[in-house]
Amino acid sequence: MTVATNAVSRMSEAFMLGRLAIVPDLSGALWLPDESTLVVADLHLEKGSAYAARGVFLPPYDSTATLAALAAAVLRHAPARVIALGDSFHDRQAHTRISLESVSALRQLQTGRDWLWVTGNHDPQISTEMGGETTAMISIAGIALRHEPDEQETGFEIAGHLHPAAKVRMRGRALRRRCFALSPRRCVMPAMGAYAGGLNLRDRAFRPLFREGLSAHMLGDSRLFRIDERLLLPD
Amino acid sequence: MTAPTAVPNAVLPPAFEAWFASRGWNARPHQLALLEEARAGRSTLLVAPTGAGKTLAGFLPSLVELTEPGREREGLHTLYVSPLKALAVDIARNLEMPVAEMGLAIKIETRTGDTPAAKRARQIARPPDILLTTPEQLALLVSHRDAKPFFAGLRRIVLDELHALVTSKRGDLLSLDLARLRGLAPNLSAVGLSATVREPADLQRFLGGAETPAGLVTVTGGASARIGILQTASRLPLAGHTTGHAMGEIYNAIRAHKLTLVFVNTRMQAEFAFQALWNINDDNLPIALHHGSLDAGQRRKVEAAMAAGRLKAVVCTATLDLGIDWGDVDLVVNIGAPKGASRLMQRIGRSNHRMDEPSKALLVPSNRFELLECRAALDAVAEAAQDTADARTGGLDVLAQHVLGVACSDGFDADALYEEVCTASPYAGLPRADFDAVVNFVATGGYALRSYERFAKLRQDKIGHWRASNAQVIQQYRMNVGTIVESTMLKVRLGRARAGKPGQPSMITRGGRVLGEVEEYFAETMTPGDTFIFAGEVLRFEGITENEAICSRAAPGTDPKIPSYNGGRFPLSTFLAARVRTILASPREWASLPDEVSSWLHAQKRKSRLPKPGELLVETFPRGGRFYLVAYPFEGRLAHQTLGMLLTRRLERSRMRPLGFVCNDYGIAVWGLGDMSAAISRSALSLDDLFAQDMLGDDLEEWLAESALMKRTFRSCAIIGGLIERRFPGQEKSGRQVTISTDLVYDVLRRHEPDHVLLKAARADAATGLLDIQRLGQMLTRISGHIVHQPLDHVSPLGVSVMLEIGREAVYGEAADEILAEAEAMLIEEAMA
Repeated sequence: MTVATNAVSRMSEAFMLGRLAIVPDLSGALWLPDESTLVVADLHLEKGSAYAARGVFLPPYDSTATLAALAAAVLRHAPARVIALGDSFHDRQAHTRISLESVSALRQLQTGRDWLWVTGNHDPQISTEMGGETTAMISIAGIALRHEPDEQETGFEIAGHLHPAAKVRMRGRALRRRCFALSPRRCVMPAMGAYAGGLNLRDRAFRPLFREGLSAHMLGDSRLFRIDERLLLPD
Repeated sequence: MTAPTAVPNAVLPPAFEAWFASRGWNARPHQLALLEEARAGRSTLLVAPTGAGKTLAGFLPSLVELTEPGREREGLHTLYVSPLKALAVDIARNLEMPVAEMGLAIKIETRTGDTPAAKRARQIARPPDILLTTPEQLALLVSHRDAKPFFAGLRRIVLDELHALVTSKRGDLLSLDLARLRGLAPNLSAVGLSATVREPADLQRFLGGAETPAGLVTVTGGASARIGILQTASRLPLAGHTTGHAMGEIYNAIRAHKLTLVFVNTRMQAEFAFQALWNINDDNLPIALHHGSLDAGQRRKVEAAMAAGRLKAVVCTATLDLGIDWGDVDLVVNIGAPKGASRLMQRIGRSNHRMDEPSKALLVPSNRFELLECRAALDAVAEAAQDTADARTGGLDVLAQHVLGVACSDGFDADALYEEVCTASPYAGLPRADFDAVVNFVATGGYALRSYERFAKLRQDKIGHWRASNAQVIQQYRMNVGTIVESTMLKVRLGRARAGKPGQPSMITRGGRVLGEVEEYFAETMTPGDTFIFAGEVLRFEGITENEAICSRAAPGTDPKIPSYNGGRFPLSTFLAARVRTILASPREWASLPDEVSSWLHAQKRKSRLPKPGELLVETFPRGGRFYLVAYPFEGRLAHQTLGMLLTRRLERSRMRPLGFVCNDYGIAVWGLGDMSAAISRSALSLDDLFAQDMLGDDLEEWLAESALMKRTFRSCAIIGGLIERRFPGQEKSGRQVTISTDLVYDVLRRHEPDHVLLKAARADAATGLLDIQRLGQMLTRISGHIVHQPLDHVSPLGVSVMLEIGREAVYGEAADEILAEAEAMLIEEAMA
C-alpha cells in the first residue's frame, strides 16, 4: 500500500491521445488542458422524471445532483469550453420536465464560456432553451469526439455512450465503480448522470474498441485508480 | 382459558360423532373448545404442540357449520392461510379425507401462484366453501375489484403456523389484510394455530385486533422430548461449522432409525453434510438433500419419496422447518448450534408426529462454543423456556404496498383507512403523520419537491376517496405484490469456459442442465476456477452470463474450496446467549460438559480469565507481527459484524491501523498494525471509549452511507414499497445497465431527502435485520462500565475459537479506496519487479 501512495501519488495524471493531453478527472469529466476544454459524457438529465412518467417515482433530485457535480468540475478547471458528449438529456421531452432551477443552474454554468452539446441516441435534438451550440461530432487536434464510439475509427477518439464500469476483487471484497477506459487511441468516458448505470468493461461491447488492450481508471472516493486489465472481473 | 378438561356443551353432529367413532377416536377437548368458541363468534388462538390435531381443530367448526341443515350456500365460508404453498396443498389433501368419508357436500380448493387463470376467475365468480391460500394470494384477493361481494359472507379465517408468519414482513402484510377483512366481512372470526410461543398475548392481538384480542386455548402436555448431545469419540474442534468430525456417528444414528431428518442451518452446511454422508455410505442408504436453492422439481421428488417412506434420511435446511407431515420421522439430528430454544423445539417436533410418544433428537455441535450453546438449549428445553422473537412493529414499506392495494380495489377514505390500519396489531402505534407520509409516497413519491403530481398513481375523487389513477397502476401493483424479496438469483447451469487470451473474456458455452439457483451476491464473490459444493457435487465456477452462473463438474477428488461460510439467517437468541455466559461464569456447571470442553474452559481461566455474566472480556495480544483485540459479547454474528465495522473505524481514528476483523456468534477479533495492549496501558486507547454507546451516532451514520448491507436493506424496502419494480426472469436480457440501480437511488435520496419515508423504513429494518443495530445497542448499554481488559502474550484458548474464523470469512472495512489502491499496487509491484 505504501508503494501505491508514494510512487504514483497524484491528484490527476495526464495521458497522451495522439498529440492531445487528456486528464481524467475524479468527477468523471475529462480535462483537456491545452484546449481549456472540459468534456463530460452521459449526463442523462431528467432520467428520474422519465421514470416517474411511467409510475416509478425515483427521487426527483438526479438533475440537481448531476448538475452540482458538473458545476464543481467546471469551477475547478474554469474551462473556456465545455463539451457534453451526448445523452445529456435522458429523452427528447426532458426539457419539458426539467425544473426552472436546473435550467438556470445550467445557464449560469454556460455564462462566459462556449458550450457544445454533442447529440446522442437519447437526445438527437437539443431544445434551444438549453442554450449552447449543437453538433453531431467535433474534431479537436485531430481527435474525434463523438457520442457513440465508432469501431471503424482509424484515428483517435473520445466517446461516451457505453457507461464503462469496472469490477475488481481484493481481500475478499468485490468493488464496482465507474471508470474511464483508455488505450493509446481511444478514451471511453464514464457516465456522469446520477442515475446512469454502468456497463462492465468485460462486456463484449468493449471488445472491438480495445483490441490492443485497455487500462481502467476507476473513480475512487479520493482519487482515480489505474487498474490493470488482467484484474478486471466480469459481473 | 387453558386445557379444557370437561367436555364442553358443543355436541358434535351425528355424522361427525360417527366418523370419530369409526376411527376409534374421541374428539379432543381443545377441538370441541374451538367449536364452542366459533359458535359464539369469537376469535381464538390455539397453542398446541405438534401432533395435537391442530389442523382438524381449526377446520372442525367450519365443517360443522357448512353441513348444518337448512344452510344456504352464500359464497366463501372459510379461508385458510399458510406460509407455504406446499402446506396449503398438503392440508387440502388431508381435509378431503374426512370430508369424503363423512360424505359432506363441501367444496375445498387451493389458490396459489400455480393456479391457472381460468380457475382463478371461476373461483371469484363461484367461490368454493373453503379456500386454502398464502398471504400473497390473500393480498391479491383483498385488493380485487370484487373483494367486497367476494368476502361479504366470509365467516372464518384460519391462520396456520401463525408463530412463523408473524415474525416477518409477511406477517405485517397479513395483519393489514386481516384488518381489511374484519371490515369487509362483519361476521368474521379468526382462528390461529401456533406452536408454543413466549408471548401468546401478541398473537391474540394479531388475530383479533389490537384492541380486541382473540381468546386462547392452550394444549399442554405431550410427552417430553428425548434429546441428547452427541458425545463424539473424536476431538471436538475448536472452531468451524462443518461438523466433519461427527459424520460417522451421524451415519450410524441414521442406520439405527427408520427415517432421520438431519437439520442444518445453512445451504452450505447442507451440501457439506450430504456429501460427507455419501462418502461413507457403504450401505447405500437412500439419503436425500433438500434446501431452498435446489430446483423445485428436485425438491418435490424428495418430498414425495419421503412421504412414501422410500428414504432413510433427508439433510435439510429451514425449508422443512414448517409443519408439513412428511412421514414417519423417528429421529431429528440437529447439526450445528440450535440458535434458539423455541426453534429447536419446533424442529424436534418433526419427529414422531404423535403427541403421546416422545420425540427423539440428537444435537451435534460443530465446535466447542456450539457445545456450550447446545447445553444451554437443552436446559431451556427442559424448563420449557421459550425465546420466540418480540412482536414486530409493522414496516412502512409493507404499509405502502397495502395502501396501493386498497386503492386498487375500492378506494379509501384516509381517515377510515388509518383507523382500520391501527387495528392491525403491528401498526397499533402508527403515528398519523407516518400514515400520511406513506399515502403521499404511494401517490406521488412523497418527496418534499412535489414535482410528480401530474404522474400521480393515486388521485382523490369527488368525495375525497383515494383511488388508483389508471389500469396500469393496478397492473403494476398486482405484478409486485408480496414482501419476500429474494436476493437476485442466478441459475446454476452446467457449461464450460474455453480459455481466452489473458485479458480477453473467455468464451462460455452453455446448454447444460440447470442444477438450481444461487444468490447473485454469492456468485459475485467467486472467480472463475473456484470450486464449491452444490446439489451434492463439487462444481467449478466458470463465469456469469446474463442471469446464469455457468459451472462445470470438477475433476473427481477435487477439494471444494467453500468460499464463504454463510453464518445462517438466525443469530444466536439473546436468551441462549445469556445462558451461555452464565455457564462460562460458573465452573460448577462445567462438570456436566465433555472433558475436553471443561479443560478448554479451565485453561482459559488459567491463562486469561472468564468474564462474569454481566462483563465483556476484551483480550489484546501480539501475534505474527500484528496486534489483535478479541472480545466476547455473545450477541450473534450480525450484531458482531456491525460492531466490527464500527470498531475498525474508531481504531482507525485512534491510529491503531486496523487491517480487518472476523466474527462468529460468540466473539469478534480485530487485528491491526498498532500495539493495542501498549496503547491501553499508557492510556492512549480507552476501551470504555472504544465501546461507548455513542458509536451508534455519527460513526454509524457515516458507515451506513456506504454499507453494502444497508444498501441491500434499502433495496428490499424499495421493492416492497413499490418504488421500483421487481425483476422477473427474462427481463435481464436487455442488459443489466438498463435496470436502475437502487444503490444510486439510495445515494441521491440520502443526500437530498434524508427524512424520506423509505429511508425511515430502511433504518427501522436495519435496527433489527441484517445489521442488528438494536441488539448491538442493548449490548453496549449492558457492558458499559463492565469491560474487563486482559492483556496477553499470546492468544487465549477462547480466542483461538474466534481467530480460527480467519481465512474462512474475514470481513474487512468497507473503505473503497483501500481496495482500489491495493489493486493498483499490484500493477505497480509488477512493473517495479
